[in-house]
Amino acid sequence: MKNFDSIFAAYVLGWAVFFGFYLSLGKRASSLRAEVEQLKNSLNRGK
Amino acid sequence: MAKRAILGLVTLGLVVTAAFASFYVVPMERTMGPIQRIFYFHAASAWAGMTAFFICFFGNLLYVWRRQPNWDWLGVSAAEVGLAFTTIVLITGPIWAHPVWGIWWTWDWRLTSTFVMWLLYISYLLLRTLIEEPDRRALLSALFGIFAFLDVPLVYFSIRWWRTQHPQPVVMGGPGSGLEPTMRKVFFFSVLAMHALMILLLSERYRLEKLRGEVDDLRREAEAQ
Repeated sequence: MKNFDSIFAAYVLGWAVFFGFYLSLGKRASSLRAEVEQLKNSLNRGK
Repeated sequence: MAKRAILGLVTLGLVVTAAFASFYVVPMERTMGPIQRIFYFHAASAWAGMTAFFICFFGNLLYVWRRQPNWDWLGVSAAEVGLAFTTIVLITGPIWAHPVWGIWWTWDWRLTSTFVMWLLYISYLLLRTLIEEPDRRALLSALFGIFAFLDVPLVYFSIRWWRTQHPQPVVMGGPGSGLEPTMRKVFFFSVLAMHALMILLLSERYRLEKLRGEVDDLRREAEAQ
C-alpha cells in the first residue's frame, strides 16, 4: 500500500496518545484513592 | 461499574468498526490514494475535540454563574480530554500533509488557529497548577477558559472565511463541496465513534476530579482539627 508507513504512524501515534491518557487517568485515580484513605485514617485517629 | 463497562464495550465496538470501515469499506480516493484514509481519524478527532472544548466552555460559564464545584470539575475534565483529541489532530495532520503537500507544516489560518487553541488549553491546565486555593483556582481558570474558547469558532470557520493551504470543508461547506456517499457515511460513523470515546474519557476524568475534590475537603477538615 502506498504511504503505508505514514498511515501506520498516524494510527499508532494517535492511539498511543489515547492509551497514554487513559493510563495516566488510572494512575492518578489510584494515587488519589490512596490519599483519601490516608486522610480518612488520620482524621479518625484525631477524633 | 456495569454502566462503565457497557459504555467501554460500546465505545470499543464503535471505534473498531469505524477503523475497519475507513480501511475496507470506503472507496479509494482518486487523487490522494490510501493516505486519504487518515482523514476519518483526523477530522473525527478534531470534531470530538471541539465538542469537548464546548463542554469545557459550558462548565466554565456555569461555574462563574453558580459557583458550584461540579461545574469546575466538568470544565477541567473537558479541557484535558479536548487537549488529548487536539494533540491527535496535530500529530495526524502533518503525517497526512507531508506526502500530499510535500511539507509537514505551514502557518495558514486553520493550522495556526488549531495550534493556538492547543496552547490556550495547555495554559488553562498550567494556570490551575499555579493556584492553591480551590475556589480561586476554579474562578480564575473558568474566566480563562471562557477567553480560550474564543479561538474555537475561529478554528471552525477559518477554512470558510479564508483561502487556506488546509483543504476546504467537505461537510457543510456549501455548493461544490461534499463527500462521496459511502465516504460520508463512514465519516459520520467515525465522528460518532470518536464522540463515544470522548464521553468515556470525559466521564473517567470527571470521576478523577471529583475524587480530587474529596481530597481537598478532607485536607481542609484535617487542617481545621
